[in-house]
Amino acid sequence: MTLPDALAAAMAVALVAYVLLGGADYGGGIWDLLASGPRRREQRARIEQAIGPIWEANHVWLILVVVVLFTGFPTAFAAVSTTLFVPLTLLLVGIVLRGAAFTFRAYDRPDDRVQRAWGLVFSASSVLAPLVLGAAVGALASGRLRVGPDGMPLGGPAAWLSPFTAATGLLAAALFAFLAAVYLTVEARGPLREDFRRRAIGAGAAVFGAALAAAVLSWREAPLVFHGLTRRAWSIPLHLATAAAAVSAFAALLARRFRLARGAAAAQAGLIVLGWAASLRPYLVVPDVTIAGASAPPETQRLLLLALVAGTVTLVPSLWLLFRVFKREGPGTPGGDEPG
Amino acid sequence: MTDLAAARWLFGTSLAFHILFAAVGVALPLLMVLAEWRWRRTGSEVHLELARRWAKGAAILFAVGAVSGTVISFELGLLWPRFMAFAGSIIGMPFSLEGFAFFAEAIFLGIYLYGWERVSPRLHLASGILVVASGALSAFFVTLANAWMNHPAGFALVLGKATDVRPLDAMFVPGWSHEVLHVLLSSYAATGFAVAGIHAFFLRRAPGSAFHRAALGIALAVGGGAALLQPLSGDLSARQIAVNQPLKLAAAEGHFHTGRGVPLHLGGIPDAGAAVTRWSLEIPRGLSLLAFHDPDAEVKGMLDFPRDRWPDPVKVHLAFQAMVGLGTAMAAVALLGLALAWRRREVPAGRRFLLAVVLTSPAGFLALEAGWLVTEWGRQPFAIWGVMRTADAVTPVSDLTAPLWIFGALYLFLAVMVGTLLWRQMVHAPAEPAGGAP
Repeated sequence: MTLPDALAAAMAVALVAYVLLGGADYGGGIWDLLASGPRRREQRARIEQAIGPIWEANHVWLILVVVVLFTGFPTAFAAVSTTLFVPLTLLLVGIVLRGAAFTFRAYDRPDDRVQRAWGLVFSASSVLAPLVLGAAVGALASGRLRVGPDGMPLGGPAAWLSPFTAATGLLAAALFAFLAAVYLTVEARGPLREDFRRRAIGAGAAVFGAALAAAVLSWREAPLVFHGLTRRAWSIPLHLATAAAAVSAFAALLARRFRLARGAAAAQAGLIVLGWAASLRPYLVVPDVTIAGASAPPETQRLLLLALVAGTVTLVPSLWLLFRVFKREGPGTPGGDEPG
Repeated sequence: MTDLAAARWLFGTSLAFHILFAAVGVALPLLMVLAEWRWRRTGSEVHLELARRWAKGAAILFAVGAVSGTVISFELGLLWPRFMAFAGSIIGMPFSLEGFAFFAEAIFLGIYLYGWERVSPRLHLASGILVVASGALSAFFVTLANAWMNHPAGFALVLGKATDVRPLDAMFVPGWSHEVLHVLLSSYAATGFAVAGIHAFFLRRAPGSAFHRAALGIALAVGGGAALLQPLSGDLSARQIAVNQPLKLAAAEGHFHTGRGVPLHLGGIPDAGAAVTRWSLEIPRGLSLLAFHDPDAEVKGMLDFPRDRWPDPVKVHLAFQAMVGLGTAMAAVALLGLALAWRRREVPAGRRFLLAVVLTSPAGFLALEAGWLVTEWGRQPFAIWGVMRTADAVTPVSDLTAPLWIFGALYLFLAVMVGTLLWRQMVHAPAEPAGGAP
């Protein structure tokens, strides 16, 4: 594996982590918006408790992807930023409003009107962010983002929009909602757990539909990805593994084996992202920006890889501690410091 | 408005906004950890209450800092893609390392804020200390990137492309340590004074409050200490800039004609056309003395440099005067506080002193913004001094006024909300020591 490939792989891993952790936090916001039935208040409280201590740490995975991209592949960062100006700006609006509203809701007055208003901002921006993120990520593979040799765009500001990217946007939102609901089945108890189980099954079906739509549309709109997804040596084993994870997740949900479902759902989501990344290779932006072509000088890439290794060594135990403190126990144990 | 102007306004607004939360994120955890440490050592319940209140403030401010920082990391590419395409490989390292520092900050702040009842006292305090350390580390790394823009090094320029890239040399350019020290002190001074001012305000209303008195003690110790050290750090910075960025120093001082034993302009407005600074108070030999610690030293004036490399001396000089003036006022209040505390052997809480603290409360943040403007305006028209002009760094994407309005409105809304929520936290603070807290 070459140095640029190693860094690209590191970005893919960070993106998987962002989807599995940060993605589920957006998913929590989606279920806040869709909270319904007699336990809607409890659903929202459970979601808030689940993501409160960890969402900021989970969010940093995205920052990590961005800094590795601009340090290791500077022209690719320029190409991505200019061609995806509109969706990335919308993503930022979503990120800012989601984080701010979630925190403000926790520290503002407990009275219903105020809480509902913040909840609406929090949940609506939790829907917006995955839609535009998924569309942006899909657009990278679409071949519609053309750039010159300096990384500056040749197309217009709407080049990222197409039925295919609409499908990948919906896929991201469905996937995040699915992950959140499955995780919440492990953390909730009693009837609340059943609420999230039903939601997980529904979202799982939506993931299947959106993934199918994206795959079919990619045949016409993103031929390189379609080719990567179907014709490479690893294509069939990857699809089989993803399908196996998806089926296991469904079966485990039906059988109420929630921990198993959580593992299978995470595997499924991770494999979807890795499959996308592997089919994108050797491109970063199809068809004008490649991993090799956009690479920073080897001195920089070597040092960056070293920093990533050193950072990971300090990061992993810290993250392990964070999740052990807040995710080890089930509900019923005393919550953290209740803000308010 | 041209797209370049819109890009500069948008990036400037984003940074001016983020910088406040970044500085608080560096310094407020220190106050909160000091309060908790005091409680653990003495069992003083007001200090526990204080640590919890400050932690809630930190939670609100850190969340806004985290998301506004995310905006900046994306805007580097959204607004300045040519800058990033050129400089990413040279200066990306400190940003990457800052990413890890930010990770540690977010993880341990999560444990600190939500872990009061979940983790052992020792781990809780240790988490707080790690938040303090990683916050300072973040500021350290990000300031290195700024130092490089002022004094680019660690690469060779061949036909407009960077070659022979040495990222470690780029991280530690001449003057990095002075700039880092200055930024860190400014964060502690600004946050300490802002917090002290809030508690001084309430202490004037309720002079008996042990809660506000304890808060004032910690905030003044941190803010006042930093404010007293800051003039020394400023002196180091000025002497370094005199050597490494002489044009910036000349603009900041409104100094046009190279000469020996040149005067210092206090106040006044530089007139670039006539190459004089009018209506200022001149201190003979002052600038030579300050810049080189030698009353006869030669100090380069702006006229020594080509006109097309000049920053706007009016903006740079006024921002510089504001920074120095505000910093001096803070140092004076800190000195007064130190004298009073030493004489009375307790936190000074006389009404007139409290009024002085209230009045200088916003000074630190204003000085911080002014100082940031000095270094940014003083580098114009370059994004990377001598290498890339700001006009050549801007994105080819058009209609940038739209995101400018969107983010302008967003920041205004967030600022109002944060202010309201923090105010409410403090208004409901106990007038008397809280009893019975766990």
